Amino acid sequence: MTETTAKNFLKISKIDSYYGQIQALNGIDLYIDKGEIVTLIGSNGAGKSTTLKSISGQVRPKQGTISFDGIDITKKPAHQTALLGIAQVPEGRRIFPRLTVRENLQIGAFSEKNKTVVSERMERVFSYFPRLKERLSQKGGTMSGGEQQMLAIGRALMMKPKLLMLDEPSMGLAPIIVEQIFDIIKEMNKEGMTILLVEQNAYQALQIADRGYVIQTGQIVLDGKGEELMKNEQVREAYLA
Amino acid sequence: MLAHIIQNLPQVLIDGLTLGVVYAVVAIGYTMVYGILELINFAHGDVFMTGSFIGATVLFLFMGMGFLTALPALIVFLIVIIIAGIATGLLGVGIERVAYRPLRRKNAPKLIALITSIGISFVLEDSVRFIAELKTGNYIVTAPSIFNHRFTLSAHDWFPFFNNATFQGSFILVLAVTVVMLVSLDLFVNKTKWGMAMRAVAQDRDTASLMTINVNRVISVTFFIGSALGGATGVLFMIQYGTIDPYIGFILGIKAFTAAVLGGIGNIRGAMFGGVMLGLLEMFAAANLSIITHGAMGAEYKDVFAFIILILVLIFKPEGLFGKAVVEKV
Repeated sequence: MTETTAKNFLKISKIDSYYGQIQALNGIDLYIDKGEIVTLIGSNGAGKSTTLKSISGQVRPKQGTISFDGIDITKKPAHQTALLGIAQVPEGRRIFPRLTVRENLQIGAFSEKNKTVVSERMERVFSYFPRLKERLSQKGGTMSGGEQQMLAIGRALMMKPKLLMLDEPSMGLAPIIVEQIFDIIKEMNKEGMTILLVEQNAYQALQIADRGYVIQTGQIVLDGKGEELMKNEQVREAYLA
Repeated sequence: MLAHIIQNLPQVLIDGLTLGVVYAVVAIGYTMVYGILELINFAHGDVFMTGSFIGATVLFLFMGMGFLTALPALIVFLIVIIIAGIATGLLGVGIERVAYRPLRRKNAPKLIALITSIGISFVLEDSVRFIAELKTGNYIVTAPSIFNHRFTLSAHDWFPFFNNATFQGSFILVLAVTVVMLVSLDLFVNKTKWGMAMRAVAQDRDTASLMTINVNRVISVTFFIGSALGGATGVLFMIQYGTIDPYIGFILGIKAFTAAVLGGIGNIRGAMFGGVMLGLLEMFAAANLSIITHGAMGAEYKDVFAFIILILVLIFKPEGLFGKAVVEKV
């Protein structure tokens, strides 16, 4: 691993993205170093999810560039970006409701041909989320919100990603479950996973993040170390009140 | 009256099953594409028709080369059905590429794709008609017959209240081939990795693409399989019924689509069941309507009967017999 790719493992330069005619992102700059947890906070409709979708290739930026691990991924379609090692846990979990829990996990490892590797990865997911193991033959759609979130994260881990992007993992979950999920995110990071965490729940996100960005109407308005942002007057007023 | 209906039952079962399995395989093509794209691909019935004409063409070519007498009929049949299946599979992939994918890329409303599929349906019908008339001078084609031995099922000897039933050799072939197709498709969709990818794409296309699945390729594979099965069934139809024309796909397509709705559109096993049920009902009606109504309604009312059943099912179970009411947790 060369210094440059470990430094700007993911680098977004001045991207503009649109939904139809509406501009959702306006000159976003953002970078993540290898091994960091970076959080992107902001209110509803600020452009958090669009930023993630621009990275994963679900939305194609009109301007600017995105590079990952030294490769330009600006124009790559979603399935190719995923092949390079970027996993996204989408907003609202989006597990496959009529696939079983086992199939939901297997599909995360779709590009992996070796079956032993797949079952090793599955064991690894169970070490984070033992509850999934008890539900293997249940249909995904019949599980509770918290379990679905665990499954969605587990499914992303099945890809053995180099960068894990989580879109509002706390949404709609009971505080105790949110606590558990954030603990696991922290643990995965300690084991070397690079993480981009998008959250409305700014307090909890900033607590575990190395650095954070604040996004407002499609622009980054603030960035800094997690604890700095937590002390920042503006952030406290807007997101932590 | 009842005795008469029971007497005819063996023949009704044989004829109904023959028609029903044909509906079932064609219905799968509708249901698979609907499951993935929420598109009712009205061109599918004409892909079935094209398959029957490709089959007839190959059969005529073989006859010209003297293969028909030199080779066992079963081998000839297998070659014909495989060629027709591959050709119609590619035709389906081509239709999707040229007609549907550009619309999808532009996020066109689903109605536009539906109208496009009706357009494709006309294009196929008229192209086949044009070529058939050019080559044979007539667009109604009678295929060289193979497997036309008649057998008798002596149901009367076992159960005196039944009449004997007769069937052609091709009936066994149609039944065997469709059952093989249905079972292998079911295994493919439920047990293989690509089948799983297909189901994932049907449930959530955007999320499937995040799992490294190339959604466009899965859609192409779906069209290939659905169209190849439809085309192969066209060959079976041609062998079973002998005469084909460029418009056989229209009514048959509507009926197969009905079967798919009956079973719950998007549900593959439902489409199989719906097809067989519709075939049996239709043949039952054809054999018995005039007896039941004392001659007021003849066999030609069989379609009305079949569609009345459909309407009744949809009134009481709008999602179809095997469809799930769409309530999903978000």
